[in-house]
Amino acid sequence: MITLQNIHKSYQMGLNPLHVLKGIDLQIEKGELVSIMGSSGSGKSTLLNIIGILDNHDEGEYKLDGKIIANLSETKAALLRNEYIGFVFQSFNLISFKNAMENVALPLYYKKISRKKRNKIAMDYLDKVGLLDWAEHMPNELSGGQKQRVAIARSLIARPKVILADEPTGALDSSTSYEVMEILRNINQEGITVIIVTHEDDISRMTKRVIKLKDGIIEADYVPKPLQNSSLNGSGSRLADKENVTLNIQT
Amino acid sequence: MFDLDKWQEIFAALKKNKMRTFLTAFGVFWGIFMLVIMLGSGRGLQNAVFDGMKDFATNSLFVWTQPTSEPYDGFPRGRRFYFRNDDIEALRNNIPEIDIIAPRLQAGGGTSSTDNVIRGIKTGSFTVNGDYPEWNLIDPVKMLDGRFLNHLDLLHRRKVAVIGDMVKNILFGKDEDPLGEYIRINGVYFQVVGVFSPLNSNIGFGGDKAQSIFIPFTTLQQTYNYGNIVGWFAITAREDIPVGIVDDKVRELLKRRHRVAPHDNHAIAGVNLEEQFIRVKGLFLGIDILVWIVGIGTLLAGVIGISNIMLIVVKERTKEIGIQRALGATPRKIISQIISESVFLTTIAGYMGLSLAVFLLELINRALLASGADNQAFKNPEVDLNIAIAALIILIVAGAFAGLMPANRAISIKPIDALRDE
Ligand SMILES: Nc1ncnc2c1ncn2[C@@H]1O[C@H](COP(=O)(O)OP(=O)(O)OP(=O)(O)O)[C@@H](O)[C@H]1O
Ligand SMILES: [Mg+2]
Repeated sequence: MITLQNIHKSYQMGLNPLHVLKGIDLQIEKGELVSIMGSSGSGKSTLLNIIGILDNHDEGEYKLDGKIIANLSETKAALLRNEYIGFVFQSFNLISFKNAMENVALPLYYKKISRKKRNKIAMDYLDKVGLLDWAEHMPNELSGGQKQRVAIARSLIARPKVILADEPTGALDSSTSYEVMEILRNINQEGITVIIVTHEDDISRMTKRVIKLKDGIIEADYVPKPLQNSSLNGSGSRLADKENVTLNIQT
Repeated sequence: MFDLDKWQEIFAALKKNKMRTFLTAFGVFWGIFMLVIMLGSGRGLQNAVFDGMKDFATNSLFVWTQPTSEPYDGFPRGRRFYFRNDDIEALRNNIPEIDIIAPRLQAGGGTSSTDNVIRGIKTGSFTVNGDYPEWNLIDPVKMLDGRFLNHLDLLHRRKVAVIGDMVKNILFGKDEDPLGEYIRINGVYFQVVGVFSPLNSNIGFGGDKAQSIFIPFTTLQQTYNYGNIVGWFAITAREDIPVGIVDDKVRELLKRRHRVAPHDNHAIAGVNLEEQFIRVKGLFLGIDILVWIVGIGTLLAGVIGISNIMLIVVKERTKEIGIQRALGATPRKIISQIISESVFLTTIAGYMGLSLAVFLLELINRALLASGADNQAFKNPEVDLNIAIAALIILIVAGAFAGLMPANRAISIKPIDALRDE
């Protein structure tokens, strides 16, 4: 799904460039659940943004689903993002003047799907993240966890092949974090590739592969030891009890 | 198609800072308001002036005599002289460029305070003109009743009179029919054969035309002992011949015939109406151009204001635009959004300015009509539909231009930088 070969990225900071990514080689297959870890400033977000075609790399080759990503026009990049990638941000990034349903429906607006149809689909996805009753609420009336679930629903609605989440639980407490992770894991089970940037060890241990960055290179790439079943199941079942989340996304 | 998401965004953006939106919109509102008001007022002045000249033969010239200002041919300066009946023939025979000649002679009265016209116990002070029927081709009147003078009246020196509507109102009762009745002008009885109302009030020769009386030129000369004196000539040029040429020839001929020094322009005074007309036209053209320049300038200031505000709006919404782009909004979508917003703001503000201005002009117009003043300095201050539509189109185009720069700014930022914006 994603192939990175010798990816370099520098930021121009005054006179001397800041070399952030120093030759990343990485292969992520379809359907993987990957976490990217590393200390602050190691280049995790930079890498994720390049994968998400929000930013461009300086050197090396990036292939997304077999397509070489290089020198794209903004229009082309926008269309690729819309088709392939769903973003989940640490700060949710919901549009403040649109209610939950309209926020979820937004990617379909750019696909020129009629308002009626996209709102109906948005309701389905809100249902899947357990927020059907909150559809008419504005973002400032939602809790952090609820906002992130709206954001996840939004990232899913255009049926992307890859979900990119930059510290999706960074602004949430641990039990809410587990709920969000549970949803992301369920998405992954439907066959969508999920890449999560995180600082937290327990979050990374809920994924199936950990990539550790240090100073712009991959320091380690391993399968984590799963988290104690009790806590994971605990949160998962809590979520299921409370809101009866069942994700069943057809691809 | 109505795109609710688009408008939702526009309203959200405008609502966020109402004061700013209002002030910006006010610039455009004021610009178009001023433009339309000024155009309408210019038109009002123009209508009043041209309406007052309508039907008047503008290819005409008028000459009369004044005391000479140079001694010549044995005569001292300051000599008084008069045009004569034989000048009519001479002009006609020697100057083929002349189309119509209408000699005129005014009997005393009108300007004096004593009443010169009497009917029974009713009296009035009116201007009495001795005229040829041709006069009606140069300064036409509207016949309300009866007829104008004709050549038989002149040939037989009939004592007939055509009276202005004000004359009729003063000398006759409301339900009285003046036709066939007699009035006494400077002691002589004349039969009323027609009643007229003036068509153009802005070109006058002393006194209110509605308070004047036409009698045959020959009758006036004979009845009041003017001999063969002609007061002045009204002359029109043939089609396609500049009045100036006729003017020169007429003066030259008359100077020769009356032994006036060739360069004594004071002795034979005159007015070339065509020249005046062109001058007035030029004046209004100048006013129009000025109005457009000032109006467009004001409008431009408003539009620049909108562009400015859109730049700020775009900057404030950088992050939001970043989110939209991450979700797959193409640059085109973003540009169209910002331009729509700017066009919306300009058009709404402009439309309000336009409506208010048109409404105000209409109000003034109604007030003028209601006041019923006859000799208006201001008439029908309208803005024709074409100008209104042109102004609206200018607004929309200007709005689009105002949005262009902010839109370009919005997409020149990389999506990732936009997202990072706090
Ligand atoms: N737009 C930018 N311009 C200049 N320098 C940048 C820019 N974005 C990131 N950097 C620098 O690049 C380095 C890597 O940044 P990046 O955001 O990828 O780190 P990170 O691993 O995500 O860190 P964190 O865990 O704190 O989010 C940092 O030193 C950062 O200061
Ligand atoms: Mg980061």
